[in-house]
Amino acid sequence: MNILNLFVIIPVVTMAAILFTKDLRGARLVSAVGMGLQLIAAAVLIFSFFALRKAGDSAEFLFYSDVTWFESLNIHYAIGVDSIAVWMIGLASVVVFAGIFASWQMEYLSREFFISLILLATGVFGFFISLDLFTMFLFYEVAVIPMYLLIGIWGSGPKEYSAMKLTLMLMGGSALLIVGLLGLYFGSAQAGEVTFNLLELSRINFPVAMQRFFFPFLFVGFGILGALFPLHTWSPDGHASAPTAVSMLHAGVLMKLGGYGCFRVAMFLLPEAANEMAWIFLILTTISVVYGAFGAIWQKDLKYINAYSSVSHCGLVLFALLMMNQTAMDGAIIQMISHGLMTALFFALIGMIYSRTHTRNIEEMGGLMKVMPFLAVAYMIAGFASLGLPGLSGFVAEMTVFIGSFQHQDLFHRVITIIATLSIVITAVYILRVVGKILLGELKNPEHQKLGDALWFEKLSLVLLILPIVAMGTLPLFLSNTILDALKPIVERLTAMI
Amino acid sequence: MRNELILAILALVILAAEIFTSAGNKHKTITWTAVLFAAATVAGFLPHPEGELFGGSYRTDQMTVVMKNILNIGVLIVFLQSFDWLQRKENHDKISEYFLLVITTLMGMDFMISSGDFLMMYIGLELATIPIAALAAFERFSSKSAEAGIKLILTSALSSGVLLFGLSFIYGSTGSIYYADIAPLVAVNPLQTLGFIFFTAGMAFKISLVPFHLWTADVYEGAPVNVTSYLSVISKGAASFTFLIILYKVFGELLSVWQPLLYTLALATMTIGNLFAMRQDNFKRFLAFSSIAQAGFILLGILQAGNLGSTSVVYFVLIYVFTNLAVFGVVSAVSHATGKENISDYKSFYLTNPRLSLTMLMGLFSLAGIPPVAGFFGKFFLFTSAASAGYYILVFIAVLNATISLYYYLKPVRAMFIDKTDTPIATIRTSLPTRISLVMCLAGIFLVGFMSIIYEFIHAVSFGL
Repeated sequence: MNILNLFVIIPVVTMAAILFTKDLRGARLVSAVGMGLQLIAAAVLIFSFFALRKAGDSAEFLFYSDVTWFESLNIHYAIGVDSIAVWMIGLASVVVFAGIFASWQMEYLSREFFISLILLATGVFGFFISLDLFTMFLFYEVAVIPMYLLIGIWGSGPKEYSAMKLTLMLMGGSALLIVGLLGLYFGSAQAGEVTFNLLELSRINFPVAMQRFFFPFLFVGFGILGALFPLHTWSPDGHASAPTAVSMLHAGVLMKLGGYGCFRVAMFLLPEAANEMAWIFLILTTISVVYGAFGAIWQKDLKYINAYSSVSHCGLVLFALLMMNQTAMDGAIIQMISHGLMTALFFALIGMIYSRTHTRNIEEMGGLMKVMPFLAVAYMIAGFASLGLPGLSGFVAEMTVFIGSFQHQDLFHRVITIIATLSIVITAVYILRVVGKILLGELKNPEHQKLGDALWFEKLSLVLLILPIVAMGTLPLFLSNTILDALKPIVERLTAMI
Repeated sequence: MRNELILAILALVILAAEIFTSAGNKHKTITWTAVLFAAATVAGFLPHPEGELFGGSYRTDQMTVVMKNILNIGVLIVFLQSFDWLQRKENHDKISEYFLLVITTLMGMDFMISSGDFLMMYIGLELATIPIAALAAFERFSSKSAEAGIKLILTSALSSGVLLFGLSFIYGSTGSIYYADIAPLVAVNPLQTLGFIFFTAGMAFKISLVPFHLWTADVYEGAPVNVTSYLSVISKGAASFTFLIILYKVFGELLSVWQPLLYTLALATMTIGNLFAMRQDNFKRFLAFSSIAQAGFILLGILQAGNLGSTSVVYFVLIYVFTNLAVFGVVSAVSHATGKENISDYKSFYLTNPRLSLTMLMGLFSLAGIPPVAGFFGKFFLFTSAASAGYYILVFIAVLNATISLYYYLKPVRAMFIDKTDTPIATIRTSLPTRISLVMCLAGIFLVGFMSIIYEFIHAVSFGL
């Protein structure tokens, strides 16, 4: 059996098993075991993938398998991965596993919580393994809809409002997607039979007029999930209201679905239109990058700070993708993984700090380093990774992105690259401000003296996220080379058109 | 003809049984009828020959058999859900009336679907409509029920009149009432176009398309829950089937007329249905507008005028039967146990009735077209068929409408799962038939989507222009 099927089967079995548990203890144990297996499966996948590559298997997608589903519509269940998808699966399984431990004490309706969380994860994994656009879209929606319940039931603050806003905006995005996907589907009739298969679609050169019509649908549709300005407004509210594990998963993995879809579907399949319209979206993403960073400066709620910072960082992903050269796109993928890990780390930490201090307002905290050194140090690591300190993942990602972007010779690209680099400085401002305010200095609230440091499951969750951040920062070459491999056909298709 | 014969026999048996059962044994009719009807439903799946009767005014092919089977399944579920309601004291002496009326209308719908000429279709239509008005007015002591009955009978009479007026134009210009004779004679000329538009208006009343939908909400609200569910699923499904068949088989030449016409109707129906559904608190009114919006989606499939279109419409209605009846099943269980029919009454429903809430949740998600439940597949294929005819903008607006509909489908979800109240609906003990019906619905909601074999089967027997 294809190993990729495991990534859908394990979560489904886990969800079924949770149904038979009685309380929080059982539910979290089952989830941890299930997602632990998923993590192991991901590790096995990564190793066997690169073993096959080393052995000289140069097919574009490995572990390819294809089962006909709806015969008369030529819809298949087609799966396969390249190295980008493999890393994404790795990222997702780390974040999900850490997320289970971050919600170790979810007392209210715990079974339902874990089932919804894992359902969301199923959607994410299914999305990354799919090569048939129909199943890809199906999993995409499976990943989006549990968010409503997760935020609505277990969230905080104006949760009903945020949950509804997030759901409607993301579903509006899929409205655009459906049109774009159907356009590709019926457009493929020119090469014989209509198909949703990504590989077959990528061999077709669609007429430019048709590309112009459908590219915005697909790019904006996925872009909404990637927090494309001005359609990012669901993100701060949604992330701020969501419970910890959900913020982790959503900012860490789900937003990556947007960026991934943008290059894998929109840009890869419609390259001419992508080249033509890149400038519009480059301007929008530059705004995302800078505006998100500025937004984070003014916030007082820790979660809002991180949510705006996510808008900025995810904006950078789309920005780099639209630069359409190898280095920049390579940076974009590294940024996806790096941001996924560090934002999950941030949200995990914020959740843990909140569960102790019962406030997320940075004005009300101070000197926490003295009472919870482990959490404080982890927070600083996340912060440094976010502002791009060498030795951590953020540096590698942003460096590659900006070097790649600056390779363009023309004025337009250079100017917006320079504008986008501003975000590095602004990021430093809001990260250091928070670190200084809440971690360093004198203890502001004497009540906080009694608070304890991280418990074992919290430490596990944090270490699990910190390790890959450090690994990426110190040993970036392997990752970056494997990504370049997978990017080759995409970049070739994009640049052949110029 | 087998299905209609079985139904006729069933109706006669119920009638005879009514005479010979003593007052104390009346409630046994319920179980017996349900069992017999279940047998009839199963019998519908036996192989059936194609052919014509009465000189071509009645015909059967594989597609009509599929359509009738879908309706049978739906009616069976409705029967199972009406157990609790019929066992009430005030309904004690009306049990066989209920079954008789439902089975008669079902027979009428079967004749409509199998009709080979306009006369048969019209007889079927009347047979399917008039008893429903009696059903809507079933609760004799409720003024709202009586109002629903009278509203339904008046609008039906009007719409039948309009439809007949349109048909007279067609008959006058072609000299025949037989589909097979008319089809080659139909052409785009003012007389036939006008006739066709009147015909469409008449059908639009039955399917409750905007702007012919005004009766829907009041009738749905006033009628007993189980009658409402019958109206919104079976009656609407049968009318859509008939409309589909006649458009494809008779008015194929008028394609250039009815495509833009249906385009406009679909837009209006989806949008108005959705916008009005947002503000409803009464569950039956809510579902009334939701079913109007769903009818707009059905038009998207009909519009395609090919095999893809007819397949996706029939497939969607099949899913819609399970989906809508799942929601109605829960609403009817709650309504019979507590008398509460408002969305705001459902606060914290999940804490007291987790199973019913989850059933409702699945039903609502399926109505909204969220994967992995069947509604997603149904809607996606409707969009696919509209897109295959090149209507991308319509598809876009339709999907936006689906997003809007998500807003109101999430309202009951919010009430059940998120909102808190000190006085939630107490834990309800559902009866066995209700449970069976809900399990059937859930099985349908989960399986019909994933099991592509069902879609492929419908596709194999589908027809196009």
